[in-house]
Amino acid sequence: MIIKFKRKNVVKLLFSFGAAAFLTACVNDQSSKTYENALDIPVSQEMIAELTDPPFVPTPVGKRKAKKLIVDLEIQEREGEMVNGVKYVYWTFGGTVPGSFIRTRVGDEIEFKLKNHPDNKLPHNIDLHAVNGPGGGAESSFVAPGHEKIFSFKTLNPGLYVYHCATAPVGMHIANGMYGLILVEPEGGLEPVDREYYIMQGDFYTEGKYGERGLQAFDMQKAIDEKADYVVFNGHVGAMTGDNALTAKVGETVRLFVGNGGPNLVSSFHVIGEIFDKVHVEGGDLVNDNVQTTLIPAGGAAIVEFKVDVPGSFILVDHSIFRAFNKGALAVLNVEGEENEKVFAGEIYEGIYLPEGSVIQSMPSLGKKDDKKEEVKALSFEEKMKFGKDKYMATCVACHQANGQGIEGAFPPLAKADYLNEDVDRAIDIVLNGKSGEITVNGKKYNSVMTAQALSDEDVANVLTYVYNSWGNNKTDVTPEMVKAVRNR
Amino acid sequence: MKLYHIALFLFCSLLFVKVTAQNDKMAKVKGGVFLPLYGTADQLVKVDPFMMDVYPVTNEEYLNFVKENPKWKKSNVISLFADKSYLNKWEDDVTYSGLPNAPITSVSWFAAKKYCECQGKRLPTVDEWEFAAMANEDVPDARRIESYNQYILSWYETPKTYVNPIGESYKNYYGIYDLHGLVWEWTQDFNTVLISGESRKDQDKDSNLFCGSAAIGASDLMNYAAFMRYAFRGSMKARYSSQNLGFRCVKDIEE
Repeated sequence: MIIKFKRKNVVKLLFSFGAAAFLTACVNDQSSKTYENALDIPVSQEMIAELTDPPFVPTPVGKRKAKKLIVDLEIQEREGEMVNGVKYVYWTFGGTVPGSFIRTRVGDEIEFKLKNHPDNKLPHNIDLHAVNGPGGGAESSFVAPGHEKIFSFKTLNPGLYVYHCATAPVGMHIANGMYGLILVEPEGGLEPVDREYYIMQGDFYTEGKYGERGLQAFDMQKAIDEKADYVVFNGHVGAMTGDNALTAKVGETVRLFVGNGGPNLVSSFHVIGEIFDKVHVEGGDLVNDNVQTTLIPAGGAAIVEFKVDVPGSFILVDHSIFRAFNKGALAVLNVEGEENEKVFAGEIYEGIYLPEGSVIQSMPSLGKKDDKKEEVKALSFEEKMKFGKDKYMATCVACHQANGQGIEGAFPPLAKADYLNEDVDRAIDIVLNGKSGEITVNGKKYNSVMTAQALSDEDVANVLTYVYNSWGNNKTDVTPEMVKAVRNR
Repeated sequence: MKLYHIALFLFCSLLFVKVTAQNDKMAKVKGGVFLPLYGTADQLVKVDPFMMDVYPVTNEEYLNFVKENPKWKKSNVISLFADKSYLNKWEDDVTYSGLPNAPITSVSWFAAKKYCECQGKRLPTVDEWEFAAMANEDVPDARRIESYNQYILSWYETPKTYVNPIGESYKNYYGIYDLHGLVWEWTQDFNTVLISGESRKDQDKDSNLFCGSAAIGASDLMNYAAFMRYAFRGSMKARYSSQNLGFRCVKDIEE
């Protein structure tokens, strides 16, 4: 039963009052009394709120009654890793970016304890969008390092809400990671599903460009210009890829609590290869069905749900797509289980199509596509070549072309390339850290930019081994150790 | 009562001699007129010339102070004047943690004020402190210089600088060290500019606090660096202590 609490809308209130009365009469359910105004929901007992680190969420509220819920959250300023080799000082609610997930139900009385760790340098506070009150609690929660503040509020409106720090300078506190989500479930809880995850997008502004190594300071000017170096899910690049990928089984329904901390950018949240069966638009009551991409404003959230029908790796992205492939806004959901060819049959046919009446030739189908597995190590040279080719075709081919020929004047060739063959460490370095400025390859000048590639040592070794052992190059076998050595230089 | 005062005076004078023997380095800040963060264009603030400690007060210096003034020992201090975090990293009443020449932190405003008084000095006012702290190595007012602001902002983001010794940051125009880059510092009237904790509201309502709308253009890095200090001060109370908050003293220039 869903009851709406629009306190200001008298007509609606009267109507829902009528409806509630009617429903109550019909159902004759003695156990759960209903209230047309959430303010009237009584609380019984005290409970310590379960807080979880992303991507996990606490246990659903289910049928529990409204309680006095004690939330105990500690602010920590701490160093973390943005992407391999890049350090950043995050300001966090609970030690993670985004901060701990808080799960409540409508009518709960929240006693919020905000603690500012003594080692912290700055005062902080919290503005919860789920609060009806001045500053969303910001004013009452302003807390000096080494102190704690307690304030309380009652959750009146069900929905998924952002919380964040609102201490001057507000933008900087948010840009350093001070945001998270608080869920207010309706009476009786959300529909049960098989899996629930917590994802939050944020944009980061660093002195060095993407991938530049070392401790990177926050860059105020870039933040003002809204030129993000990193756009990531859950605080850093690769938070939910590889071993940390989200998982589900075929046939399960997955619910994602997706927030956007900003500070600046709006997210076009999309899962490649899935259609959202349901989206709680902007985290509120409105449900939209069959959505491909949902817009999540900075300081906003959405609940998306979908049933996974086939196995595979599904990529979660901000469909402002350069952010996904060049700035980090990418996560993976690995789904295991039986293939279902009714839903997706894989590649079944590839023909050669020549117009002008020629005969259409066909090639045998390759059958089922291989299950793609993340982070599988190549055991043999052959495997290395195969994995390397896969990576090349996924990452490098757009510029360097299928046979390493490059594009004259724009992208240097890799085939029989003197620049490549004379220095393997330099090649590794360019893949890891990118390259810009003028170079000469096979007598021709190129002045272009290659971005740093966020690949594992294994991937770099594979792809370079493939390149060196193709197209007339010098057959160097690049090992992960060699890559590691360059990375740590 | 009178006797007590005389005794206290003598006592402090003795202490003064002793402490100043170790570190009596002060530098002259020639006063002037400036526009602080919270002022409006027609509210320029005049700062009279004053002498300021070259370095913040150190662990060793503060230890001498509590030895001479047992009232300010960790176990004796009155809770009205210092909360539980007062000297909380000290192992006991006479053993500090960290380097002797690291800045003393975790002291309350009352304690800092007393310390300065016992030396015949006083805490700087916010205006005096801000005036002296506008300087970089070369000029008295570096607030429009990007590197100056970046230095401050990056310090805000560097954890645990309170363990560093004094004198390692830059020597400013007046010959003073560590106004930025080491620890926050108490000021006499730290809570007269109130930041309520709801920074956005402060911005709307109290234009007095934020230079009206002209200077608030958020592209102004100078404001960002200073906001943090005012926000920090606004979060403190006189009995609070903080791991990142120390102090230094100033003195009027006698004619």
